[in-house]
Amino acid sequence: MVGGFRWAAMFPDEVWEHVFSFLPADADRNAAALVCRAWYRLERRSRWRVFVGNCYAVEPAAAVRRFPEVRAAAIKGKPHFADFNLVPSDWGGGAEAWVEAMAEGWPHLEELRLKRMVVSDDCLELIARCFKNFKVLSLVSCEGFSTAGLAAIAANCRYLRELDLHENEVEDNCLHWMSHFPESCTSLVTLNIACLEGEVNVSVLERLIGRCPNLKTLRLNHSVPLERLVGLLHRAPQLVDLGTGKYAAQHHPELFSRLESAIAGCKNLKGLSGFWEAGPTFLPAIYSVCEGLTSLNLSYATIQGPELIKLISRCKNLQRLWVMDLIEDEGLIAVAASCKLLQELRVFPSDPYGAAQPISLTEHGLVAISAGCPMLHSVLYFCRQMTNAALLTVAKNCPNFTCFRLCIMEPHTPDYITRQPLDAGFSAIVESCKHLRRLSLSGLLTDLVFKSIGASANRLEMLSVAFAGDGDAGLHYILSGCKNLRKLEIRDCPFGDKPLLDNAAKLETMRSLWMSSCSVTLGACRQLARKMPLLNVEVINERKRGLPLELQPDNCPVEKLYIYRTVAGPRSDTPSCVWILR
Amino acid sequence: MEAAASSVKDGGDLRDTELRLGLPGTEAPEKPAAPSTRGSKRALQEDDDMESRANSRPLEADSGEAPAAKAQIVGWPPIRSYRRNSFPPRKVESEAEAEAEAEAAGLYVKVSMDGAPYLRKIDLKVYKGYKELREAMDNMFKCFTQGEVSRKEGCSSGSESAITYEDKDGDLMLVGDVPWEMFISSCRRLRIMKGCEVRGLRTRQYS
Repeated sequence: MVGGFRWAAMFPDEVWEHVFSFLPADADRNAAALVCRAWYRLERRSRWRVFVGNCYAVEPAAAVRRFPEVRAAAIKGKPHFADFNLVPSDWGGGAEAWVEAMAEGWPHLEELRLKRMVVSDDCLELIARCFKNFKVLSLVSCEGFSTAGLAAIAANCRYLRELDLHENEVEDNCLHWMSHFPESCTSLVTLNIACLEGEVNVSVLERLIGRCPNLKTLRLNHSVPLERLVGLLHRAPQLVDLGTGKYAAQHHPELFSRLESAIAGCKNLKGLSGFWEAGPTFLPAIYSVCEGLTSLNLSYATIQGPELIKLISRCKNLQRLWVMDLIEDEGLIAVAASCKLLQELRVFPSDPYGAAQPISLTEHGLVAISAGCPMLHSVLYFCRQMTNAALLTVAKNCPNFTCFRLCIMEPHTPDYITRQPLDAGFSAIVESCKHLRRLSLSGLLTDLVFKSIGASANRLEMLSVAFAGDGDAGLHYILSGCKNLRKLEIRDCPFGDKPLLDNAAKLETMRSLWMSSCSVTLGACRQLARKMPLLNVEVINERKRGLPLELQPDNCPVEKLYIYRTVAGPRSDTPSCVWILR
Repeated sequence: MEAAASSVKDGGDLRDTELRLGLPGTEAPEKPAAPSTRGSKRALQEDDDMESRANSRPLEADSGEAPAAKAQIVGWPPIRSYRRNSFPPRKVESEAEAEAEAEAAGLYVKVSMDGAPYLRKIDLKVYKGYKELREAMDNMFKCFTQGEVSRKEGCSSGSESAITYEDKDGDLMLVGDVPWEMFISSCRRLRIMKGCEVRGLRTRQYS
């Protein structure tokens, strides 16, 4: 760049900052910061939103130092497979280091979003004390805290707008935590307590939401009885997103009509969820708002197909539907006929471990949806049988998929009609869906499918593989292709050392790689760690037999392997089952 | 009350004619199926329909004994642990609460039809009386009754059928005898009997 320093000085800093404010995407800001020192300096002072995809990729203090004006931070901890108990519970992902650094360097922090991290009550208390302007706390799939920590947040965050607790494991030791919201707290916009196991004082909740006129999202937990939902809705008719509590009660017509009219009174309702233990009795109470719904989560409701059909057929504007496989093919055919605006579908298994079950949810349901819903781009589908033909049809019908996650519940399941592997089907998906960003494979698969994925899945960012492939070639195809791959997670596949070592450089272009129950040896991991100083090569061996890992021979098999790029070097909080190789 | 247990499936087995508490075709008196039972308990409760069902599901045929609970693989299928626990519904403290929960959650019973490859489940709470129940069951199984040919020579066409149920005591009863409320509180499972077995029972239609 000719005269780089001088042209940057042509405009005062404020002008450049204003220009940068039009670059919201981190990738663009990162690029701007590399242009010249002046831009680096300007950009770092004007970045106020930071996303850290792997909490161990950078030292908290370094991040805080580089971007001193941050107001909103999002940080992720454990690898995704922690959701399925594949990661030891003491693996790491603790939030203290980050919260302490942020308390020190970002006193004006307003928003904090943590995912899959271990958050202690001390962390919550620190947040409550140190950030005077704190507005948004979002904890997703976290653990380590209790309702006592929530009490601290409630009591001290005077301007709290969002308390979003999504799928966390929260210990219930402070029954009246919600009473800690002062009378002066009137700013709540989002209150999501759906994951809390314990009792909630509904009267306190009523008073709280009664004084928060801007409340848009309210998601209750299972303990809130249906009778009390009526009172809550009367106090918050402006709700846009409602998660019910328990959706069952002793049937009496009076409760039904009160519930029906309370729900009808919420004229802005766009999203519904909750529905624990819902049966057909009270479901019709929501019919009046169905037409306006864009999001419906019935994945905790064990309602049968016919009732689901009656409900969902009324939801003509539905964009997102989460449901149990009790909906069956017939129900999905009805969805395909009624919900023409559907963008995202998730079908969860009602009976994941059942041996033989009369649930008729098959490839036909998926095909019907793909044919009937032209705007569909995101699918998560649990089923027990699939064919290549069906996947080919789906691929043809839906070239716009961004996310396709298919889980055929029995590992190694072939096409049930031809008995062939499902290579052809998944290949069709990646070849047709040029914008595919996320893919999960299942069923019987050979190395061929990986050849297609490596060659065609150019926008793929996250790939999940289980019980698939024949040998090293499979992994090699992926690592040598898939230009934009960021996260790769593999379990129970016959992939070994060679493709890892041959594609070591690729690993630095990715956020992380997880491999468990594959055929990787300790020797390869040692080699990889030596060759790539910017990677943390974590070997996780939970079964502590014999020699410590340092003394094990090179051919020792590695149970679980987690590799991620980092500028922070090896972390210091590893438990005894984790070794970081150097 | 006739010896309703004397239905004969294949005509030869004397066990089928003995007076028993359980439904014909089972070795032991069946326990009432809780609506939310899953997993290995199915192995005890499936009846002869299991075999025909296994044949129509090619995946199951290879896995040996189809009803046996499979060994669970860690972390598979990939669902979060709270989803594994949410169905069946959570535990409750007292029996009264359990009853209230069961009541609120619907009264699901299995419905089998002789000759159909799989069973269905219906919620008895949804129906106001026998007529509605009969209609619903006709609707549910109509795909199996079209073009049906009776297995036995000399019988009239398979359109003759009767709905029976197994009550709390394990007896096979004809649907329609008792008041509706009493019926739904004692019915544990339903069975649509077809063809010749029906001849021996009263064929009074329901009001």
